[in-house]
Amino acid sequence: MPPKMHMEPEPGDQTPEVGAATDVAPLGRGTSKPAHELTADEDRDVADWDGVAATEEFRGLLASKRRFIVPATVFFVVYYFALPVLVGYAPEWMDTRVLGVNLAYLFALSQFFMAWAVAAAYVRAAGGWDETARRIIERLSFKGKEK
Amino acid sequence: MSTPLLMFLVFVGITLVITYWAARRSTGSSAYFAAGRSIKGWQNGVAVAGDYMSAASFLGIAGIIAFQGYDGFMYSVGWLVAYLTVLLVVAEPLRNAGKYTMADVLAYRLSPRPVRAMASLSTLTVSTFYMIAQMVGAGALVSLLLKDSGVTYSSAVIGVGILMIVYVVFGGMLATTWVQIVKAILLMAGTILLSVLVLAHFGFSFATFFDAIKHVTYHDAAGRVVTQDFLQPGLRYKPPYGALDLISLGMALLFGTAGLPHILVRFYTVPDAKTARTSVVWAMAIIGVFYILTTFLGFGAATIVGRDVIAKNGGTNMSAPLLAQTLGGDAFFGFVSAIAFATILAVVAGLTISASTSFAHDFWTNVIHRGTERAPGEEVKVARVTAFVVGGVAIFIAIVLGPTANVAFLVALAFAVAASANLPVIVLSLFWRRFNTRGAVAGLATGLLASIVLILLSPSIMTVDPPTVTGAARHLIQSPPVFPLENPGLLSIPLGFLGAFVGTLTGREPSAEAKYTELVVRANTGLGAEKATTH
Repeated sequence: MPPKMHMEPEPGDQTPEVGAATDVAPLGRGTSKPAHELTADEDRDVADWDGVAATEEFRGLLASKRRFIVPATVFFVVYYFALPVLVGYAPEWMDTRVLGVNLAYLFALSQFFMAWAVAAAYVRAAGGWDETARRIIERLSFKGKEK
Repeated sequence: MSTPLLMFLVFVGITLVITYWAARRSTGSSAYFAAGRSIKGWQNGVAVAGDYMSAASFLGIAGIIAFQGYDGFMYSVGWLVAYLTVLLVVAEPLRNAGKYTMADVLAYRLSPRPVRAMASLSTLTVSTFYMIAQMVGAGALVSLLLKDSGVTYSSAVIGVGILMIVYVVFGGMLATTWVQIVKAILLMAGTILLSVLVLAHFGFSFATFFDAIKHVTYHDAAGRVVTQDFLQPGLRYKPPYGALDLISLGMALLFGTAGLPHILVRFYTVPDAKTARTSVVWAMAIIGVFYILTTFLGFGAATIVGRDVIAKNGGTNMSAPLLAQTLGGDAFFGFVSAIAFATILAVVAGLTISASTSFAHDFWTNVIHRGTERAPGEEVKVARVTAFVVGGVAIFIAIVLGPTANVAFLVALAFAVAASANLPVIVLSLFWRRFNTRGAVAGLATGLLASIVLILLSPSIMTVDPPTVTGAARHLIQSPPVFPLENPGLLSIPLGFLGAFVGTLTGREPSAEAKYTELVVRANTGLGAEKATTH
């Protein structure tokens, strides 16, 4: 079986080329399947999963993701539920006039900007994770060639 | 021929051309179900936005705001913030570890047949709930649009249903994606134009606009003239249970999006996880702008058209089209109605394809035939037949229900089912090593059952109507509600998690735990993920 790491698509252009030969492979007829039709059981040996999971680099990747995603998720969940809780339990206070509208509307509007800001921060952080993931995969495919 | 009808026919013509083009290009499973995994990030982002901004967003939210003011805006907020759950928690792992459907990720390390069977059942349930709302919107719109030419609610629903079956059966995912893109662009254009006209009506002065919102006048049920501040919270969600209902709605929206099958399948149409991320960001930008603009659609309809007029001309769901008619005359009314139609058609096509994919891939191939296609292309054939059946069922139920309920409210129920059944098992299977097959089946079953039973026991089904309410407007069960909240999320989502948790603890599954490491490596690096069919 060809190692899958060599099947990187061309960077850049992803023009639809549907109807590729691999798509019409006769499934379940005993012939070898194209890589993207394999089930998890059939291609479990793509990599030494435990080996990858144990590397310093992969553990660092997970820790780095956790350091961002956990606090960010807690933040947006709390910020979001503050709105229905305040609107539901303190409607008079939320109706306080501010800037020609009221607190309730401004707080609701701020949710949109909060969501965009968290998304932007996530994309920034994820750029670094992509880099690490690429290095992990690259090293694996290098090992694959050595064999 | 009237202007609105002409506009509508032009759009249908365009989409049929797209479908024909796509049908000639797509062959094979990966192409039919996932557009060859070749959709670009921005394209998928626009398509996700298109899938998401359904009749509920355009017709429903505008309607709730026009009738109950500020409280309707809570839908807008929840529907955008929900994308953070998608972006931060599910989109990338799902793309890296899955193939065509949500169940692929579950089946990865769990026993495939029971898990796929349950996941397929919950996918069909969520899609049907969601689709009924769209059909109701379509029917209501047509009865208003063509009320002089004798087209009834039932024939409108049948027409929309047949068109959608054509898209899905012949075009598959590629056609559906492009229909979504065209529709999303049209919908944004219409919404922006409508918002500018609302502002122009108030001399481009926000102060005048918000001042008008503070003094909205209408006749109440008893015929008295009421002047109400529509920015004031609490017009829809009143004590004693209003606050809890708001929180319940918030939970359903925030956690439901990440469990919506027709949104999740979109992440399989892109080449990799990074593109999946890009597409969520694109979708958030478009959806966010759209939902902020619902301020103008909803409050504009409340102040310029008024509750009294809307109530006489088709009800809450018709607020946005009537606003267009008041501000821009019949031509603009036609344009906006055509967009609303387009929205419904496109969303229904997206729903049908996810439902039929799930049935063909999860249930037919993997549950009944144990993971093998007996003949090449069988899966695609089954999906096409399923599209016919699902479409037929949705048409039937929408006609039976009739054009009464607000469509945003109906869709929020679909979100509650998705949040209660799908989200707990997706999250636990990605983040909990100990999670097993029993947990997944128990979680899906509990979430599904709890949300549906609570909806049946809620005030939307069980209410004692005064004798003045007649016909389809009467509630199904004439007795006081057992469950006091409109939206079941507050109780059914924790129950879904609890079911998954307790189910897991009843047994151990070493094979599932052993495969967890593999799943984590795949989900986080994209190693061995499904590639684009570009060679």
